Amino acid sequence: MNITSAQHQKFMDEDTGILKVTIDGIEMQVPKDPANRHYAEIMKQVKEGTLTIKDAD
Amino acid sequence: MSKAAELAALIANVNKGSSLANKNFIINGNMTVAQRATSFSFAHDGTISSYTTDRFAGQIWQNTDELDGTFAQVADAPSGTGLTHSLKWTTGTAETAVASDESLWVEQKIEAQNVRELCYGTADAKPVTLSFWVKSSITGTFNSSLYQADGNRVITNTYSISSANTWEYKTLTFAGDTSGTINDDTGEGLRPYWNIFAGDDYTTTDRTSWGSYSSATWAYGHTQNAHATTSGATFFLTGVQLEVGEKATEFEHESFETTLRKCQRYYEKSYDHDTALAAVTDTGTLYGPGATGNLTTGLLGTTQTYTTSKRASATLVIYDPAGNSGKCLRDNFGVASSANQAIATAYGGTKGFLVYSSGTYNAQTIVYHFTADAEL
Repeated sequence: MNITSAQHQKFMDEDTGILKVTIDGIEMQVPKDPANRHYAEIMKQVKEGTLTIKDAD
Repeated sequence: MSKAAELAALIANVNKGSSLANKNFIINGNMTVAQRATSFSFAHDGTISSYTTDRFAGQIWQNTDELDGTFAQVADAPSGTGLTHSLKWTTGTAETAVASDESLWVEQKIEAQNVRELCYGTADAKPVTLSFWVKSSITGTFNSSLYQADGNRVITNTYSISSANTWEYKTLTFAGDTSGTINDDTGEGLRPYWNIFAGDDYTTTDRTSWGSYSSATWAYGHTQNAHATTSGATFFLTGVQLEVGEKATEFEHESFETTLRKCQRYYEKSYDHDTALAAVTDTGTLYGPGATGNLTTGLLGTTQTYTTSKRASATLVIYDPAGNSGKCLRDNFGVASSANQAIATAYGGTKGFLVYSSGTYNAQTIVYHFTADAEL
């Protein structure tokens, strides 16, 4: 799972509970749900310091 | 198996707590559902872990030097069984030798709440029997085992393939785990797996009774590693069933629709089953609401409901009908449209999500496909 970017998302100025993430070259919408395997991997990489989640635009 | 023997096995399993229907904990054991694709390339320097046919994943672990190969859904199955498809591994570029830390296996992670009836962690823990059909170009002794995630425990077993390129039926019975743990949740509960090759690091510690996992227990008893070193070597698997009891009973066939619905709890796509992801197609495209004349260069959106409730909030990929990921088509009905427009989602849950486009193209509605992944 090659994660190259992650960014918080806002809708009507509210956090959407979704990260926009590029995994293996594909743009994905990853929910901030610990039971989601992609989110779990993102948070693992954030904890390890190899990935940073950008603020929402 | 004769009818009398089949009946005796069923009765024996019922006495151990099995059901006469819905007895198979495995989903898509006949390998008929393949929503993602029908061929999956693996490589030591590329994809080493991926779902294949629905609910089944392949894993290369972990430091192979040259290996590549393919998992594929193929129309090859043992005759007289009613099975029609199987999952096939084919070795592409082979390893010159199998290092101690290299292995390859197939697995299915079973949702915990679906195997709570096994009563693990109690004196009433029930045995299970794993049955499957296997065909391999290379004979020998192979490991197939169970991993229990919540307790981080494992129990191993082996089987022998005696004739090359011939379908063989295998059954393995595993004791109940009176000291185990399977949580009452949507996480991983039990994981049957089939090692295709396994280096020495994974085969040295006897775990033929339930006990703590360590890497040395993973493939205890596995001795045949030639699939790693033989280009063109094949390994087929189908008719997989895991049931309560100490007897293997005949594979429980079910309708394609039933299997598909079970799979969709973990993965769903808006494309037709046989249409590839990111295909350039209008067939099955989803439309947001819109009305002729109500053009806007601003926000367009809709709520999308899943066919089947998901195990957890799903990872979504939105495609436009031209196959661009992370995009939609903004449509001015019957007049003009523009693909490759920005798309996003919000508030995703287990039943659906909000999808919206804030692109600038003057349109009345949005058009898109999606995939939703809630796999373990």
